[in-house]
Amino acid sequence: MEENGEDLAVTNDKLSQLSVAEDGGLNLGEKKKKKKKKPLADAEEALTEVTEGAADDDAADAGQLLDMSLTKKKKKKKPKARADEDAVEVDETAEGEADGEAAEASGSGLPWDGSDRDYHYEEMLDRVFGILRENNPELTGEKRRTIMKPPQVAREGTKKTVFTNYMELCKTMNRQPEHVQLFLLAELGTSGSLDGQQRLVVKGRFQPKAFEGVLRRYVNEYVGCNSCKSIDTLLDRDSATRIISLRCQQCNASRTVAPIKAGFVARTSRRIKT
Amino acid sequence: MTEVDSLQSGLGLDPFVEDGEDDSGKDYVHIRIQQRNGKKSLTTIQGLEKSFDYKKVLKAFKKEFCCNGNVVEDAELGKVIQLQGDQRKNVSVFLTGNNLAKKDLIKIHGF
Repeated sequence: MEENGEDLAVTNDKLSQLSVAEDGGLNLGEKKKKKKKKPLADAEEALTEVTEGAADDDAADAGQLLDMSLTKKKKKKKPKARADEDAVEVDETAEGEADGEAAEASGSGLPWDGSDRDYHYEEMLDRVFGILRENNPELTGEKRRTIMKPPQVAREGTKKTVFTNYMELCKTMNRQPEHVQLFLLAELGTSGSLDGQQRLVVKGRFQPKAFEGVLRRYVNEYVGCNSCKSIDTLLDRDSATRIISLRCQQCNASRTVAPIKAGFVARTSRRIKT
Repeated sequence: MTEVDSLQSGLGLDPFVEDGEDDSGKDYVHIRIQQRNGKKSLTTIQGLEKSFDYKKVLKAFKKEFCCNGNVVEDAELGKVIQLQGDQRKNVSVFLTGNNLAKKDLIKIHGF
């Protein structure tokens, strides 16, 4: 064990020749006091120091650590970029050991606990995001996709289609059923109405997929917020200007939406003979 | 939406000068589909540029898609081209390919 420790120290010395800066880097070890600028060297030093310190009191722990350090020695021959990653890893293990050894831990679970080395950028970033995620999860910018139920569509007779869960979908979108109906009928170019059980009966044969596509367009146009993509929005109609505007409840953005126009509808039924 | 678009397109220009076409938002070409009996359907094209010779455009459509069609005069919407069958994709490809309408100004309706 001691041999290994010494071995490490030797390699450490070699590393320290790259850049020599004298100062007390870590408070754990007492033998090595050379601080290197490179993170690799830094981690290396921390590791050796901890190893040496541990070797004094706890044999089992030290063995573990030496295992680590042995693998570490192998890694040293690899390019610098990899070594950098390794350095962070090893730092963490070193920190864990340091906690146990110093018998005094602040308990916040941060990588720099129990040592007064400099913080790494990644660690600080992790800390910030951890706090952010804990306190308000919606701010982290993770996508929460709103899932709507697929429309349930049944055929009524041969010429009519019934949209069974129409009301339910209107509720999830938080829109007036009349508005949705107007849009659906205008887009599908047919006529239809609500029946006694609040289902939408549309004239013509339509596949569920057709409804899905139209509903998707409806959500894009009249429900989804353009800036934050949430569907927690309200549709306001200004009675003076007759402009319909969409206001987002999440980010308070608002935009105007086009009124629903049926457009040209060709006559497909037979003309009544006069 | 249109406001943002016009802002982006007119970056180097004076933003207060009226652009005319893009600002109005009314120059959309609407392509719709209507169901008829059975699996037949009807495609209507509304809002093509008024300066076009509709008959010639129709002729080209008919030749290209091998379908019949005609021009219908509507009281509010002006001339509307009707084509037999579901030609929505074809029409939009044709219009963009021959520079008859811009791609972002074409709206395809229906299912």
